[in-house]
Amino acid sequence: MPKDTGIGASTKRREDVRFLTGRGKYTDDIQLTGQAHAAFVRSQVAHGEILSIDTSDAEKMPGVLAIFTGEDFVDVGGNPAGWLINSRDGEPMKEPKRPVLAHGKVRHVGDAYAAVIAETAEQARDAAEAIAADIKELPAVTNMAQALAGAPFVHDEIATNQCFDWGWIEDNRAATDEAIRNAPHVTTLELVNNRLVPNAMEPRASTGDYDPGTGDYTLYTTSQNPHLTRLLISAFVLGIPENKLRVIAPDVGGGFGSKIYHYGEEALVLAAAKKLGRPVRWTATRSESFLTDAHGRDHVTKIELACEKDGTFIAFRTETMANVGAYLSNFSTATPTFLHGTLMAGNYTVPNVYVNVKAVFTNTAPVDAYRGAGRPEATYSIERVIDKAARELGLDPIAIRRKNFVKPDQFPFTSAAGLEYDIGNYDALMDKLEELADFGGFAERRKASEAAGKLRGLGINSYIEACGIAPSNLVGILGSRVGLYDAATVRVNATGNISVMVGAHSHGQGHETAFPQVVGEMLGIDPASVDIVHGDTSKIPFGMGSYGSRSLAVCGSAVVRATEKVIAKAKKIAAHMLEASEADVEFAEGNFTVAGTDKSVSFGEVALKAYIPHNFPLDSVEPGLEETAFYDPANFTYPAGGYACEVEVDPETGKVTVERFTACDDFGNVINPMIVSGQVHGGIGQGIGQALLENTVYDENGQLTSASYMDYAMPRADDLPFYTVDHSCVTPCTHNPLGVKGCGEAGAIGSPPAVVNAVIDALQSGGHNVTHIDMPVSPSRVWAAMNNA
Amino acid sequence: MYAFDIERPTTIADAVAALGAEDAQALGGGQTLIPTLKQRLAMPSKLVSLTAIPELKGVCVADDGALCIGGGTTHATVAAQAAAHYPALAALAGGIGDPAVRNRGTIGGSLANNDPAACYPAAALASGATIVTNARQMAADDYFQGLFTTALDEGEIITEVRFPVPDRAAYMKFQQPASRFALTGVFVAKYADGVRVAVTGASEGGVFRWTEAEAALSADFSADAVAGLSVSSNGMMGDVHGTPDYRAHLVKVMTKRAVAAA
Ligand SMILES: Cc1cc2nc3c(=O)[nH]c(=O)nc-3n(C[C@H](O)[C@H](O)[C@H](O)COP(=O)(O)OP(=O)(O)OC[C@H]3O[C@@H](n4cnc5c(N)ncnc54)[C@H](O)[C@@H]3O)c2cc1C
Repeated sequence: MPKDTGIGASTKRREDVRFLTGRGKYTDDIQLTGQAHAAFVRSQVAHGEILSIDTSDAEKMPGVLAIFTGEDFVDVGGNPAGWLINSRDGEPMKEPKRPVLAHGKVRHVGDAYAAVIAETAEQARDAAEAIAADIKELPAVTNMAQALAGAPFVHDEIATNQCFDWGWIEDNRAATDEAIRNAPHVTTLELVNNRLVPNAMEPRASTGDYDPGTGDYTLYTTSQNPHLTRLLISAFVLGIPENKLRVIAPDVGGGFGSKIYHYGEEALVLAAAKKLGRPVRWTATRSESFLTDAHGRDHVTKIELACEKDGTFIAFRTETMANVGAYLSNFSTATPTFLHGTLMAGNYTVPNVYVNVKAVFTNTAPVDAYRGAGRPEATYSIERVIDKAARELGLDPIAIRRKNFVKPDQFPFTSAAGLEYDIGNYDALMDKLEELADFGGFAERRKASEAAGKLRGLGINSYIEACGIAPSNLVGILGSRVGLYDAATVRVNATGNISVMVGAHSHGQGHETAFPQVVGEMLGIDPASVDIVHGDTSKIPFGMGSYGSRSLAVCGSAVVRATEKVIAKAKKIAAHMLEASEADVEFAEGNFTVAGTDKSVSFGEVALKAYIPHNFPLDSVEPGLEETAFYDPANFTYPAGGYACEVEVDPETGKVTVERFTACDDFGNVINPMIVSGQVHGGIGQGIGQALLENTVYDENGQLTSASYMDYAMPRADDLPFYTVDHSCVTPCTHNPLGVKGCGEAGAIGSPPAVVNAVIDALQSGGHNVTHIDMPVSPSRVWAAMNNA
Repeated sequence: MYAFDIERPTTIADAVAALGAEDAQALGGGQTLIPTLKQRLAMPSKLVSLTAIPELKGVCVADDGALCIGGGTTHATVAAQAAAHYPALAALAGGIGDPAVRNRGTIGGSLANNDPAACYPAAALASGATIVTNARQMAADDYFQGLFTTALDEGEIITEVRFPVPDRAAYMKFQQPASRFALTGVFVAKYADGVRVAVTGASEGGVFRWTEAEAALSADFSADAVAGLSVSSNGMMGDVHGTPDYRAHLVKVMTKRAVAAA
């Protein structure tokens, strides 16, 4: 019988009551007295020199309060890159300034170069259209190979479009080259990891407020990490002291990475609020979201897998061009490097790995971490080339993977790409997958498809990923400019209920339900009496927010540590109340007892005593019951999984339909299985979207031709099958107190290669000698591949 | 949106009068026009809503057996009420967009807009329908004049569309993955005096009749009859969703499937 509260219970998500009844409170729902509205003037050309901006007509238009251009921000800082990458030759990466508003040049379609503040949003937009800018269009560069070849330069001052040329691990390069030269078999694959537009349901929105009486600023914004946003604005961009800036990220309607970063619009509304002494708000249109949210992926890769004839892996060598777009978004340099290159050994004992990544500036929207961030790119390259190698060698795709898996007794295992995997059992995952995906019945299903004129394929994937990016000491050495701990304060109120202030931010992940399950379990109380407070820098301890599937593994661990401190203090108080020595007091199921006696006091009674400290040992214990913990993990966590996808291909039209999808994940211990399943479902949906549908296309002039839902295909319910998901294979993480790993991105990491492998399998079964099709595997691409068209 | 006035007349005559104002524009279900306005891509001075005009709504059968659909009839109504008379047409209407689009969007709006990937133009052309306006009647063959272009004059309102009902018919739409309009859609209608085949979504010239297929199918109404034909990719649209070659190929595949389904 599954439990109905506490750790392991599929408690329904309490936040859904407000989300499903329209009572969520998002940034755009917050209306402030006297608010004014901002509209941005955005470049229509991908690359241009701003010769002049004439605002005189716009200034005279009804309702206009202020107009800003890039000129107004030349003296403030740029929006920085959060991670310094050094090139192979030791040179630091190129970091051209990313201004609040474009100045001198516009560098991508949608790049904002002016902003109007007016009484109403429509007036602001009318006036924005009346701004006459003389922008001399320059040749644009959108293709990475062309960008690397030379001019035009996105940033003239660096006289190159290469941000860095990174090698990982550079010392392994020669050995890997040598191993590949001497290998009996080498499989090579060139592939594209397609650029994605994040498309959070809630567009970005920001409202700035300034109180001239106190000099305090407040920013309401769609952020996954309010403290980081505050830090970036304070320390780098506007110089507002941190103690004078409160950042509130209320309910956030999806982020998928795109709301990790600080954007210029946030700085603009703050500066405008100060100038006008009125709140200034802005909500992106869907078109603005397409053009200016940080996009995801966009790698062009050549991967080689060297192996013995029996399929034993000898080396992986990867050359990748990673598009960073026109400016460095905050983590755009970490994503293709430390979140990608370090995973390039996969789940395998392969002895040689070398990864070369060139990051490239182009006249396109900035690219940054998007659900999975680097790990989907790594997994896709590895698992596609393995599939191709298996086919070339005539080996079973599962057998070749099993042959090379790190085995359970090899952990902790240091991979050839430099990570120390603490624990895992990849064979167990594959066993589970074989069972749940019913591989035995595949031949029958294929026959049935063929009888209906369809081709059927089965695709396998085995992934490993790294979550809860850490430890701060290590990432600091590797170039991170921030720490990656998290923080929690557990405040036991006098009446025994609890407020937990967390640094993680929940925007779909269910923290408000899952974190109380942990605290409730530890304190032996009903989780319903525990509430989570998040998303407001004036209420929560300094945490780093939610991304990289880190919330439970890192912030959840801080919650555990703070709760442990609460228990330790409560024990002291209980010992006094029970007139026993602290060493004799035991705590279980919400009660403090003294061993060998029937003396007992409940957690609630102790809480009350802490706040009404009559007859209290004030000389040794402070009143109150509130503790804070910061937690900095010892290592990444390493979720892993085995995924299987079955597709049908209509050979006449090339249309692919996903018929079955099975995901077996090892997330370590699971706090709320229902939420975990939901996270996997969403991730698989996004992964299938990437694999089959989502296509971000810039033309040669840098126009985004897929800039609306008319051309950008999002996955819809009827594009997706019912999934079988399982997380019963558990190897608990060895270094965090809950033994948890993180589940938020796995589905998006594990599914694309499974889908594409399945399509190739289907086509091969129909006698088509197709070895690769780039994502999205659209009907027209499949048809072209089948017909060599 | 830019500011505009709006009127909601209750008769065709009042609507025509209101549309006489400079830069006035008819508003049907708004499923095309409202998004255009929101993106500030159009700037009418006045919108004349056709939604309160009873004469424009409804499905009925004329004395000559033709199915008559009021120009302001929604896709949802056609899907429900045409099903007994002209199932292929009802199915086409039921496959447009999603329920919200079908509950607002109208046949008159769709035909007036003549999006090259829209569904109704294929049905109207394949059925040899008559487009009736406040001023005149036009054969479908004369009405469609290329991408987003029709024979309608400024301020002219589609009041009714008359569809001769075929013996057999079917519409096969291969969806564009994002918009789910027709990447290529083919409507095949078999009448006593011959077969008509209209193709939408494929050509740079908008909806067109595939006359070779019509001849072949008039002689032998079977999927095999078109197997030997080939469609030139000259003049076919090419975009991120499909090359001209792919669309030309789909024309044939969808025709075969429509014949098989009819
Ligand atoms: C999400 C979505 C999906 C869609 N999918 C499809 C699809 O799969 N297939 C498809 O065919 N269409 C599709 N559509 C378009 C839909 O069918 C529209 O309803 C239709 O194209 C326009 O009809 P409307 O009544 O909404 O016209 P409106 O948007 O109101 O007007 C469109 C144009 O027609 C004019 N007009 C309107 N009514 C008349 C009239 N009676 N006489 C003369 N002129 C008139 C207007 O002035 C305007 O120029 C989709 C639309 C959306 C939003």
